[in-house]
Amino acid sequence: MTVHRGRGFACINYPIGMNLGGDPSQALVHSNPDGKFTVALSAIDLGQGMKSVTRQIAAETLGVPIEDVYVDTADSDTGPHDMGSFASRGTHRMGNAVIMAAQEARAVMLEAAAEELEVDAADLMTDGRGNIHVKGAPSRSITTMAAAQAAQFRQGRTIAGRGIFLVPLSEVDPETGEMTPVTTFAHAAMLVSVEVDDETGEVTVTDMQSAYEVGRALNPRLVEQQLRGGAWMGMSHAAWETTEPHYPSRDHGPVDFGTYLMPGPGDLAPHHISILERPAADGPFGGKGPGEMCANPVLPAVVNAVYDAVGVRIDSLPVTPEKVLRGLQANGGARPRHRL
Amino acid sequence: MALKPVTFTLNGNAKAAFTEDGQNLLDFLRRSVGDLSPKYGCGQGGCGACTVLMDGAPVLACLTLAEAAQGARIETAAGLAGAALHPLQEAFMERFAAQCGYCTPGMLMAARALLDRNPRPSRDEVIEAISGNICRCTGYEPIIAAILDVAEGRVRA
Repeated sequence: MTVHRGRGFACINYPIGMNLGGDPSQALVHSNPDGKFTVALSAIDLGQGMKSVTRQIAAETLGVPIEDVYVDTADSDTGPHDMGSFASRGTHRMGNAVIMAAQEARAVMLEAAAEELEVDAADLMTDGRGNIHVKGAPSRSITTMAAAQAAQFRQGRTIAGRGIFLVPLSEVDPETGEMTPVTTFAHAAMLVSVEVDDETGEVTVTDMQSAYEVGRALNPRLVEQQLRGGAWMGMSHAAWETTEPHYPSRDHGPVDFGTYLMPGPGDLAPHHISILERPAADGPFGGKGPGEMCANPVLPAVVNAVYDAVGVRIDSLPVTPEKVLRGLQANGGARPRHRL
Repeated sequence: MALKPVTFTLNGNAKAAFTEDGQNLLDFLRRSVGDLSPKYGCGQGGCGACTVLMDGAPVLACLTLAEAAQGARIETAAGLAGAALHPLQEAFMERFAAQCGYCTPGMLMAARALLDRNPRPSRDEVIEAISGNICRCTGYEPIIAAILDVAEGRVRA
């Protein structure tokens, strides 16, 4: 029995969103009489942090404290239309829609403030702390709450905004099939180290080194959380998880957490993450989306690392001990690539 | 089906409720008592989302008969916070140790049980303590780091 070490590399381009139907997302923003804002979205936060990021985007665009923004999601009966939370599209699509809606609402808020202060709205600015004041004259100011109440009770204005993200549907070239399905790509590179036991066929991931390019990381801690958890899921897909039966019929397939295998807290490999920020021209404040791409490079990198370690080329996932052993048998034993 | 009274303490408060023959503790806590913090994950003891403490020891509420709570001290994630959050809750927030949050109540109670009996666990002991709890989102590392932060005094108590 020998344990063989190998390293594998993979890199990916990951499309953000999709082209189907123009990939629309809508957002509605309105102020309440207390000067706080509600952002209505129909896409949901599954835990990936969409509410946090759209809240940041709305507060930044409106020029109000983040505490003054509430993001209301998840009722697609009453909310504005959205394609949904998938395709790593949330930050980019919904973020752009939120910016558009928040800009419209901000303009009305400034008009309401201008009327109260008897100045031109173009001369006003927000301080991000709940105040609106004349540029160069901070003492001529009004709170966002007072502006909202004036709009509501005296001026009869609606401080509200509508936003939509939509890309023109890309025609498919009938000759070549060429089309432009997405507006932006995220990128990642991953180097994985493994140990392969040539007697048992077991593959152990021992180290992961990655670099993810995500546009601007609008919330760096959430980005890191997503990448760390998603890469773990990629490792799980690479070497553990399958709904297919092993032998010989579906009756032997996994039916519960005892038989559907996933790496637990004792099976972790150290993962060193580098986040590269290259703001996307069409992204909200440069953001793209670190969604699904966090898992994608791990799978080919693990397969390549197994090939490097023992010379067995696995072409179906997951990389089970059986597949490794069959490959070793077909090759007449381990053929570590780095010794060739 | 006969109803049986069960008297116990839940997070320090005396409680009494009726249970039916064969009802499990998770169903009893959620439906009969109204504490929704223990989660139903798999219903067969495979995921740990329903973990609660019974007389200080972690149990899988989905596999425990409600009658077993008679006279017992039951603690759930809903009782962790007092006037302030429990240090484990603070640490989970600081370390971003929750995403969808479904495993979090079970993880917190498994960690609480560990720290109660072993205030300075090693990394391996933390891993052992949460190895019955499945998390889909975080990759576990932030959870391990959060528990070690509490154990090693990096979170204010």
